[in-house]
Amino acid sequence: MSTWLRNNRLAALAALAFALITASIALVFFYAPVDSDGLNQKIFYFHVGIALTAYACFAWGGWKALRVLWKGEESADLESYVAIHQGVIFGALTLVTGSIWARYRWGHWWEWHEDQLVLFLVLFLFYAAYFMLRFSVPAGPRRANLSAVYALFGVALVPVSILAIRLSERFIHPVAFDRHGPNMAGSQFFTFCVSLAAMLTLAATLYHVELAGKRIDVRLRELREALR
Amino acid sequence: MGRRRRSCTGYGPLVLRDYSGMVIRARGVEKRYGDKRVLRGVGFDLARDGFLLVTGPNGSGKTTLLRLCAGLAIPTAGELDVTPERGRIGYLAHESLVYRELTALENLDLYGRLYRVAERRERIGMLLERFGLWDARHERADSYSRGMLQRLALCRALLHDPELLVLDEPYSGLDEEGALLLDRELDERRPSSAFVVATHDPARIELFATSKLALA
Amino acid sequence: MMYLADVGALARKDLRLELRARDTLPAMLLFVLSTLVVFHFVLPGDSSELAAKGLLWVAIVFTALLGLSRAFAAEREQGVIDGLVLAPSDRSAIWLGKALSVLAFLALAEVVALPAFALFFGGIGGPMIAGIVLADIGIASVGTLLAAMAAASRARELLLPLLFLPLAIPIIVGGVGASVTSDPARYLGFLGLYDALFAIICWASFEYVVTE
Repeated sequence: MSTWLRNNRLAALAALAFALITASIALVFFYAPVDSDGLNQKIFYFHVGIALTAYACFAWGGWKALRVLWKGEESADLESYVAIHQGVIFGALTLVTGSIWARYRWGHWWEWHEDQLVLFLVLFLFYAAYFMLRFSVPAGPRRANLSAVYALFGVALVPVSILAIRLSERFIHPVAFDRHGPNMAGSQFFTFCVSLAAMLTLAATLYHVELAGKRIDVRLRELREALR
Repeated sequence: MGRRRRSCTGYGPLVLRDYSGMVIRARGVEKRYGDKRVLRGVGFDLARDGFLLVTGPNGSGKTTLLRLCAGLAIPTAGELDVTPERGRIGYLAHESLVYRELTALENLDLYGRLYRVAERRERIGMLLERFGLWDARHERADSYSRGMLQRLALCRALLHDPELLVLDEPYSGLDEEGALLLDRELDERRPSSAFVVATHDPARIELFATSKLALA
Repeated sequence: MMYLADVGALARKDLRLELRARDTLPAMLLFVLSTLVVFHFVLPGDSSELAAKGLLWVAIVFTALLGLSRAFAAEREQGVIDGLVLAPSDRSAIWLGKALSVLAFLALAEVVALPAFALFFGGIGGPMIAGIVLADIGIASVGTLLAAMAAASRARELLLPLLFLPLAIPIIVGGVGASVTSDPARYLGFLGLYDALFAIICWASFEYVVTE
């Protein structure tokens, strides 16, 4: 069993992700108690998990970026890029799920006083520019360095933006807003944890799949060059 | 073990030298930019008073190799050891590396400060005079002809008396007078500096070279 | 301190270049004045004075972008950046010298823009000016580094605003907060925090932006 596990790590990870996602869907719809908000609240189990997963991806991307600069590991550049790519995907999903939630709660598709949504909008813009940067610099150590420095700026931007958004509310929306984070009962918390685990595992699976694909691409190009 | 060389004008004495410590060691150096492989399997040694002549057609990677030696790029694979530190290397590129809106004097003064050149003003004056630019020293570089710009670039490269000179097509743009000035300069510096020189036209400096590298 | 001498030589060089070329600063001045005039036509009649103050920050950021897009123009020509990078001086001195000159240009543009703004739209308070000073420091620091990044790319004019605007959002929040709220100290403190944090990051990472 353990040799099979070692040889098929990616498949095992994918299977785990599938299992966790199924479990979390089941829990969300059949186990967790229905809140005062009704069915709409259930999207929250996914929304927060997706958001935290996006943060985790950006953090992992930032860590790999640090390795590029500090240790000079060029392989870390690809890992940083893929992690940030996953982060942007999950970030976009955060915006979508958050928007759906806002629509059913408040009646419109966007709410500026949802700090989380605004933060993700800023981060989305920031990391979209990351891709623009990458695509306009030819591949090589220079691109790896620039991407890494920019990714680290992203890590610093997150706490600063959180603070900025909170500060901005005082002059943009002087009305008081209600907090939406529920104080979770035990069963809700458990469901949330399973959802979070499911999202993280899904992100990890996608990360490894994309990374493997990109590495093969690089290797193929190297071989093609060598044959020329 | 020594090696005999004669100065190119034939006037210098025969000199015996020993090699103790390489200035550059290259082994299997490769440089790739994304998919494109520009250099492949380059290896050579350069001694403290060596003169490496790099030849090859356009696009063969001469400029890339020189950039690697100067420290502006790092190899994708292989080993490249360049002993002198940054401040002891002089680099001449295709571009002049001078600010067009500044005068020759201002440009050299800036580089002189950055390179911590001792007796900066005297050295600048001496170099400008050697290359025939003294009279034009207060004129902006954008009013210079191609040949004068190349001479100014040479002054910049030589300003800090480098141990290693990496010159990319140093004769390009020079008129006959300028070329003779450069000949004289190379001849005088050969005993005390190492050279890596890329050129299209090797005939002129073939006699200086202690080793050659032909890039495909 | 050789480091400060390098920074001084580099900053002086930039000021001298602008004095000779005289293209960036006049463009920035004209741009900011034109923008202020445009604001007059943009603001509906019943807009508060606060709306105009908020818009001033838009003008400042975009004027800064104009200046920043020219920041490394002289170095890009003739490959001068290679010459500076090869020098034995610390590469972060290049950043600091350039950022100081960008700051100077921005300040000069504001010396003209702020009285014009006061003339067109009404008064400017002390906290607003303090906010502008702190914001300028942040803009110059981060903008200079990003300008160097953009200069290394193929799509430089397009890239700089894309890279800069998300990072400018906290600066704008701090600046507008200091200008319009009754509690500017909090926002000025935030701007100070931003400046300190990002100046350190820029100073430490510039080396990697200009080398391979």
